[in-house]
Amino acid sequence: MSGTLDQLPRLLALVPYLLQRPGVPFATAAADFGVTEDRLRKDLNLLWLCGLPGHYPGDLIEIEFEGDTITLSDAQGVDRPLRLTVDEALALVVALRTLAETPGLAEPEPVLRALAKVEAAAGSAAEPAERVDIALVDDAAALPVVREALQRGRALHLRYWTAGRDDLTERTVDPLRLVTMDGQAYLEAWCRRAEGVRMFHLGRVQEATVLEEPAAPPADAESRDLSQGLFQPGDLDTAVTLALEPGAAWVADYYPCDSVEDLGDGRQVVTLRTQGTAWVRRLALSLGSRGRVLAPADLADQVRADAQRALAAYTAG
Amino acid sequence: MAAKKTERLLNLVICLLATRRYLTVQQIREAVPGYDADNEEAFRRMFERDKEELRELGVPLETGSNSHWDDEVGYRIARRDYQLPELVLEPDEAAALGLAARLWQSAPLAGATGSALLKLRAAGIETPAGATGLEPRIGASEPAFEDVLAAVTQGRRLRFRYRTAGRPADEDRHVEPWGVVSWRGRWYLVAYDLVREAPRVFRLSRILGDARAEGPEGAVTVPEGVDLRAMVAREAAEMQPQQTARVRVRSGSCWELRRSATSTTPDRDGWDLVELGFSDTGRFADRIAGYGADAVVLEPAEARQAVIDRLTALATA
Repeated sequence: MSGTLDQLPRLLALVPYLLQRPGVPFATAAADFGVTEDRLRKDLNLLWLCGLPGHYPGDLIEIEFEGDTITLSDAQGVDRPLRLTVDEALALVVALRTLAETPGLAEPEPVLRALAKVEAAAGSAAEPAERVDIALVDDAAALPVVREALQRGRALHLRYWTAGRDDLTERTVDPLRLVTMDGQAYLEAWCRRAEGVRMFHLGRVQEATVLEEPAAPPADAESRDLSQGLFQPGDLDTAVTLALEPGAAWVADYYPCDSVEDLGDGRQVVTLRTQGTAWVRRLALSLGSRGRVLAPADLADQVRADAQRALAAYTAG
Repeated sequence: MAAKKTERLLNLVICLLATRRYLTVQQIREAVPGYDADNEEAFRRMFERDKEELRELGVPLETGSNSHWDDEVGYRIARRDYQLPELVLEPDEAAALGLAARLWQSAPLAGATGSALLKLRAAGIETPAGATGLEPRIGASEPAFEDVLAAVTQGRRLRFRYRTAGRPADEDRHVEPWGVVSWRGRWYLVAYDLVREAPRVFRLSRILGDARAEGPEGAVTVPEGVDLRAMVAREAAEMQPQQTARVRVRSGSCWELRRSATSTTPDRDGWDLVELGFSDTGRFADRIAGYGADAVVLEPAEARQAVIDRLTALATA
């Protein structure tokens, strides 16, 4: 955990950090470096053993402690942080560029100024960032309105298309946050109609209006943990098993599957979990002979009945 | 032990930063504590490993000799190459960077973002976390992501096994990577396929197992004027509509179709008539079949028949 490859870069940053901030409290420095105070003390104990060849008192990094504060008075030449590595420069430059290119997420002008400065400071390490390109959000029309509601703390009125049920609804929501994931933007908000926290796909917002009334989500309205992705199967969800022909291989890429079994020749059997099955019925209809619902049996029956009803609409003319 | 090594490496950095002259390995051995092993062989090995680790961290070790007559190679670190150049961000620029830094939080570059921000902080730049409710994020859960990104940034050739959609067997690919693109929530590699002798676009989620970089760094040259995103978009997205279909849609349904319709007119009771552009009949039929009995293609006849075929396969399954 405290291997050299972690500790040395931390120390090389810690020295100039402390030099910039005489009298910084232990707790602040530890938090800024994401380490415990105990770990920080060990780092400091090591630092003041280091210095210029000879290692006489005047050659060493000098640190004074007063109460809970730290003051570093001689950096022995390590007074600036190390340059950004290619990965570090890439992470920042690509992120800023992406932000600048996504209208509605931020004011573009300060983003572009920050980008120019970071690129200049990174120098040639920023060059590989040219080869990474992110189209963050596919349909961003509603983004500026939603951001305005969030920043002004206002409620929002939405005309929203619910894809699973193919239904257009009117709702008033209290915005919690705006998240982008998997190429789409989502508003997480307290929905007054559903009386619960919901994710709204911005591409399905037909119309959004910022209301004058303040956003007032209930105190217990909590954001979901999205670290495992947008879709988090719960225990109550239905497990659906699909047999996929080669032409439907994209399904396994597109939806998070619990299991994917290869049958050879490009055929697969996948299992996924879902709260509602309406969208699976639509998916199955659009796959036609390339996909088949294996389980649950009543879902397979529903798909067959859907197809028969749809055919009837054709023969009726 | 780890602390001893960190101490030795830090002393080595300080020593090589302080010298203008190239120091020979013997001079380094005398100047830096921790190297005074009696065993010459062990010292050499230790010094080789230390050099390697410093280079991995991005410390620019320079090699050279002090004069034409001196044939022993020495080492130093040029301050100009080592240190992060002056960088001052205005508050709105720092806020933009703080927002941008959230992009990679659930992706492999989260660590690089963190260490980059640490270096900036050490240079006196605070990037406010800000509680604005904005969370731009990009996922990169494809197992091949890190290997592919490394090959792209290093300009090295890549070999991997790849599953092509709709083809039964996996294939070995040998490519010169040009770049990676995130498009509609998925990562793609744009590369020159050395076997097929043409540029190709690969979906990262279809790379099976490890992607292995080979050959020297910087061996891949990306041609001037390559538009990575346009190449991916051409490959991933449907082409420009070339045909028009007339589709009867049930009132109060098919919202997504209505949105992309070029015209919508009331039809007989309970139905509307929409006109939709499309390019590929098969894909268009997939899309319409998904709406079941709520959407009926009237023409062209070919598209109508394609939907009927899909539904028939399901109705009789």
